[in-house]
Amino acid sequence: MNQLDFAAVLVDWPLLLRGAAFTLGLTAIATLLGLALGIACARARTHGGAVLRAVAATYVELIRNTPFIVQLFFIFFGLPSLGLRLSSETASIIAMTLNLGAYAAEIVRAGVENTPRGQLEAARSLAMTERQVFLRVVLPPALGRVWPAMVSQIVIVMLGSAVCGQIAAQELSYYTNLIASRNFQYFVANFVAGAAYLALAVGVRQLLTWAGPRWIFGRVAGAGR
Amino acid sequence: MSLQRRHFNAIALALAAGLGLSTAAFADSALDGVMARKSITIAIPTDFPPYGFVGTDMAPQGLDVDMARLIAAKLGVAVELVPVTSANRIPYLQTHMADLVISTLGKNPEREKVIDFTAAYSPFFQAVFAPKSLVIKTAADLGGKSVGVTRGAIEDMELTKIAPPTADVKRFEDNNATVSAFVSGQVQVIATGASVAGNLMSRNPQLGTEFKLLLKDSPNFIGVAKGDDKLRLKVNEIIAAAKASGEIDRLCVKWLGRPSGDLPN
Repeated sequence: MNQLDFAAVLVDWPLLLRGAAFTLGLTAIATLLGLALGIACARARTHGGAVLRAVAATYVELIRNTPFIVQLFFIFFGLPSLGLRLSSETASIIAMTLNLGAYAAEIVRAGVENTPRGQLEAARSLAMTERQVFLRVVLPPALGRVWPAMVSQIVIVMLGSAVCGQIAAQELSYYTNLIASRNFQYFVANFVAGAAYLALAVGVRQLLTWAGPRWIFGRVAGAGR
Repeated sequence: MSLQRRHFNAIALALAAGLGLSTAAFADSALDGVMARKSITIAIPTDFPPYGFVGTDMAPQGLDVDMARLIAAKLGVAVELVPVTSANRIPYLQTHMADLVISTLGKNPEREKVIDFTAAYSPFFQAVFAPKSLVIKTAADLGGKSVGVTRGAIEDMELTKIAPPTADVKRFEDNNATVSAFVSGQVQVIATGASVAGNLMSRNPQLGTEFKLLLKDSPNFIGVAKGDDKLRLKVNEIIAAAKASGEIDRLCVKWLGRPSGDLPN
């Protein structure tokens, strides 16, 4: 058996810290863009015309029925043959955004479709435009209703970013594998990385649960229903 | 003691028992297990022509694969081939998921700390390759350029030693990803083994790839678990006999187009 040498792994803590920061950065950008994309797609699938509905549905089904790593490799290794060359960081962000966007679209749609009919009728009777109705009456409580599911999905996407190291994006698992390939402490390195991911996931979940009602959808009545 | 705590203790106990058992099981030489099972598990590459690759019939073939078959035949046992990558072949040996690693494995002091090596069985070198249009005469010329390399391979360690800090070294999981990154233009320069580069050049003549810098002359050794001298000496006997009989030379001519030359023991 090999000796488990934690010191050999922890001595590289600056690399692990840099990797964790990179993972958080990827997640933050992908969350903002993915949420916007998801809301747009949910709007398209519930209120759009036939063409828009079909486009959004195709995108959602395409992403939700293919593995993340295939999407990532397609963007990084496949698109250059079509003349679009992206850095590993950009490719990672796009892949994560597209992935989160598809799942977020379905989560938001579930919330939007559960809007009580009376609220819609009340809003329209106040002569609000359809856009105002969606942005001010439908969306905030819808997001509030589905926020726990959304936070889980964001955490899943963050954990999924571990495969971005495969295209040399310098996130946490990239540095974990780099350290392990130098000192062959695979078990220890992955144990430490696992603990780091756990801490990141718990932290992100707490932060989003706290931030959601304050900044994203407001303190709406019945948000917890 | 709460229920959860009890569960936790039970799991910890089970884990500890498992670890203890596995230590006991592997305290003896893997050779005893091989002879008892009448089968040897050998880790081979499948992303590294002509040493190990998958043919059109989906069966692994190459110099390393033939070497694995040769050793199994001399031991008089069946061979079970396990495909591995550069990054995971040493963990396969450390965790006893393979008895031997025959996977273009180069020898260096870091690796000698965690596994043992037999005598060398085939020649190899690693180098930096790039298109003709790129001027790279010394390691300093790598500055400001993106260089693709397979993480954890010998060329990664050698490149890390000589590359200037301004070089953008991109490390990929396996040789296929590294080659894909170079061919698709994601990196300008590739550091890899001669055989991988040769294959890359013949498949992508439009890139005008050429040899730039030698990183290391590094013949291939067979890896055995640390401290398993019985298996290591037995494999050494087989290699020495195969060198004397010309079998190693025949394998090298078949796959590399040249005899093995001098190989260190």
